[in-house]
Amino acid sequence: MDALDISRWQFGITTVYHFIFVPLTIGLAPLIAVMQTAWVVTGKDHWYRLTKFFGKLFLINFALGVATGIVQEFQFGMNWSEYSRFVGDVFGAPLALEGLVAFFLESTFLGLWIFGWHRLPKLVHLATIWLVAIGVNASAYFIIAANSFMQHPVGARYNPETGRAELTSIWELLTNNTALAAFPHAVAGAFLTAGTFVAGVAGWWMVRGLKHPDGEGATMFRPVARLAMGVIVVAGGALIYTGDVQGKLMFEQQPMKMASAESLCHSETDPNFSVLTVGTHNNCDSVTHLIEVPGVLSWLAEGKFSGVDLKGVNELQQEYSEKYGPGDYRPNLFVTYWSFRMMIGLSAGSFLLALAGLWVTRGGRVPHQRWFGWLSLAAIPTPFLANSAGWVFTEMGRQPWVVAPNPTGVDQIRLTVSQGVSGHSSATVIASLVTFTVIYAGLAVVWFTLIKRYVAAGPSEHDKHPGAPEPADPDGPKQLSFAY
Amino acid sequence: MGIQEAWFVVIAVLFLGYFVLEGFDFGVGMLFPVLGRTDTRRRVLLNTIGPVWDGNEVWLITAGGALFAAFPEWYATMFAGFYLPLLLILVALILRVCAIEWRGKIDDPTWRRRCDLGIMIGSWVPAIVWGVAFANLVRGVAIDADKQMTSSLFDLFGPYALLGGMTFALAFALHGAVFIALKTSGEVHADAMKVAQRLTLPTLAVIGVFVIWTQTAYGKTWTWALVAAVLAALLGVIATIRANREGWAFTFNAIVILGFIGLLFASLFPNVMPSTTAAEYGLTIYNASSSPYTLKVMSWAAAFSAPVVLLYQGWTYWVFRQRISTEQIPPSIGLKLGSGK
Repeated sequence: MDALDISRWQFGITTVYHFIFVPLTIGLAPLIAVMQTAWVVTGKDHWYRLTKFFGKLFLINFALGVATGIVQEFQFGMNWSEYSRFVGDVFGAPLALEGLVAFFLESTFLGLWIFGWHRLPKLVHLATIWLVAIGVNASAYFIIAANSFMQHPVGARYNPETGRAELTSIWELLTNNTALAAFPHAVAGAFLTAGTFVAGVAGWWMVRGLKHPDGEGATMFRPVARLAMGVIVVAGGALIYTGDVQGKLMFEQQPMKMASAESLCHSETDPNFSVLTVGTHNNCDSVTHLIEVPGVLSWLAEGKFSGVDLKGVNELQQEYSEKYGPGDYRPNLFVTYWSFRMMIGLSAGSFLLALAGLWVTRGGRVPHQRWFGWLSLAAIPTPFLANSAGWVFTEMGRQPWVVAPNPTGVDQIRLTVSQGVSGHSSATVIASLVTFTVIYAGLAVVWFTLIKRYVAAGPSEHDKHPGAPEPADPDGPKQLSFAY
Repeated sequence: MGIQEAWFVVIAVLFLGYFVLEGFDFGVGMLFPVLGRTDTRRRVLLNTIGPVWDGNEVWLITAGGALFAAFPEWYATMFAGFYLPLLLILVALILRVCAIEWRGKIDDPTWRRRCDLGIMIGSWVPAIVWGVAFANLVRGVAIDADKQMTSSLFDLFGPYALLGGMTFALAFALHGAVFIALKTSGEVHADAMKVAQRLTLPTLAVIGVFVIWTQTAYGKTWTWALVAAVLAALLGVIATIRANREGWAFTFNAIVILGFIGLLFASLFPNVMPSTTAAEYGLTIYNASSSPYTLKVMSWAAAFSAPVVLLYQGWTYWVFRQRISTEQIPPSIGLKLGSGK
């Protein structure tokens, strides 16, 4: 493998790692803020215990989100220096804004939230977690705006003297139609993830908690489970809607990506929507469509059921070769086809949990069914996998471009990944690839073990009552309410 | 002052903020083996930076982002060129984040020892490697006509760069010791003062040689003022530590760090990456910067958000201003290792 392939693998691996932890952070911060608000408003101790319980899980997760995020900030320069030179003028701005506006906010106020129990006034302390929730979502906006420039460059001109893209309008960059569609889609995915996580943990604890003598676990988890199931339903609706908007944009702005997603090889009028194919996908003609649904694809592309002309991979390949010179402009069909289906199919796990959960908890019931306990656990990984599949589709669907040409934009603002990579030797990049992969894998195992142990341990007795800690020695100084 | 000069100052300020704030975070981790003889004492050390270290680290992330936005050529050449040193720093920072956050989650001596190791690696490695990297920036590296850095890893460890690494490490260790003294009471406080006392003379010697070397080899006439400030502040550190005035010692030490890192940036200016191959291949703020529009947008963004950030970070330090002692450390609430519940 040459440095290009290794660099692509490295960016893919580190980003997918990062995005395992990120959606849980983005979705869970507001959910915990809601739990703490419920405690402050109603004064009921079980909301306090839930806040502490899910707060611990949140912090275990946040650490790894930060750790894997640090690498991303530097990796553009390290492995993709030519790309960084070409788009730095445009791409750097949202990245710097993300640090300035969002990262400072979330990191500072998270410190205040963790250590501020019983030190800050109750309402000020509540405000800190809300600011964390705002910060994590704001950072998502800036980084998605940056990514959207790579998918659909706007707000920039090409300077032939320097050979670089130059920002002409920050406003256009931040209101890129791709960003405005991708941000709510990613946030909805994050809420689906956190909703499923909370509903799954709470669902499992409801079934398990009934075996405990006081049944307290069950009654405490019922309200938060229903809250989380509501979140799943709303986030699910938002996902479908924003996904549809995004799909229509892609048909218009990145037709090759959508043609690959459908393994649509030849241009057709009103092609069928493909549900299942067999074949190696190593070229277009090795694919056989087994199950197809008429009408759906036309609607997905343009919002009507007939009279829609869609371009196929082969025609687009020819068109691009004529326009941009010889080269292979097709993404990996196998990955784009199946990641698209995995993204949609796996989100069914969350819906199943929400529907079953709302049914078994109806009318004040606390579920006892063993199958529901298992369903709760089984549903938890599904949104994580769907998120990964969605990003793999988005990113690998724009191959071979790192900055995909905008059909209605500036033609010279386009760059293939092979033009964007740094000029390192393979050995150098292999060293970092192996280092990151090994460290991340080790840390992910620890993360999983910690999460599992803390979920299984349940809400701590220590957090039973929201009072300030007593000093060990009555005359001595007050103990810290939290210490690492 | 033009906008490119202004953004050079902004980048310098972001790195200065990072090193003054993370300097004591690193120092605290570096002194774990010296000052943290018991688990409770290590927890006292860790909790002096508990609420703030994550916010301090963001100064680096933002410096990286600002570098990308304002000087993309500098960002690209430096980060691709310093590939392996940067990899070392990143690995260390990853270990540190996880070790600090996860240390108290499991109540087991082996677990905590491993996390302590992560904290120490995560503090020592970046402290030294940043010093080596910045000294190399000032000294100049091999850059070819295509703005690619061609220095080998071996080239990066010359005597001046190694002295830079030692300078950063010693300055941060002393910074950490004084910070711990400032933030604790009781036995930890007393021991931190002793360690600070012992560190002062070696620090004075190493930093003194480094700043004078930097000044004579790369300095400008006016930067003698910075050298004088660093040396005066160092004497201030020594005097105030002797007098047990850790608040003043911390202030003077912050001036030392601001002074010698400021000296490095001032010696660079208006270059950002001088080339040892041929002077004209070097990067300057003029051939490495973004377009005027991007710089203008970023200036507005910085002008509006930086004061707010400073305000709330300052407030955090105010909220957690109390000193910590071993008696205030609550019993561990981590899960026991190996039990199923």
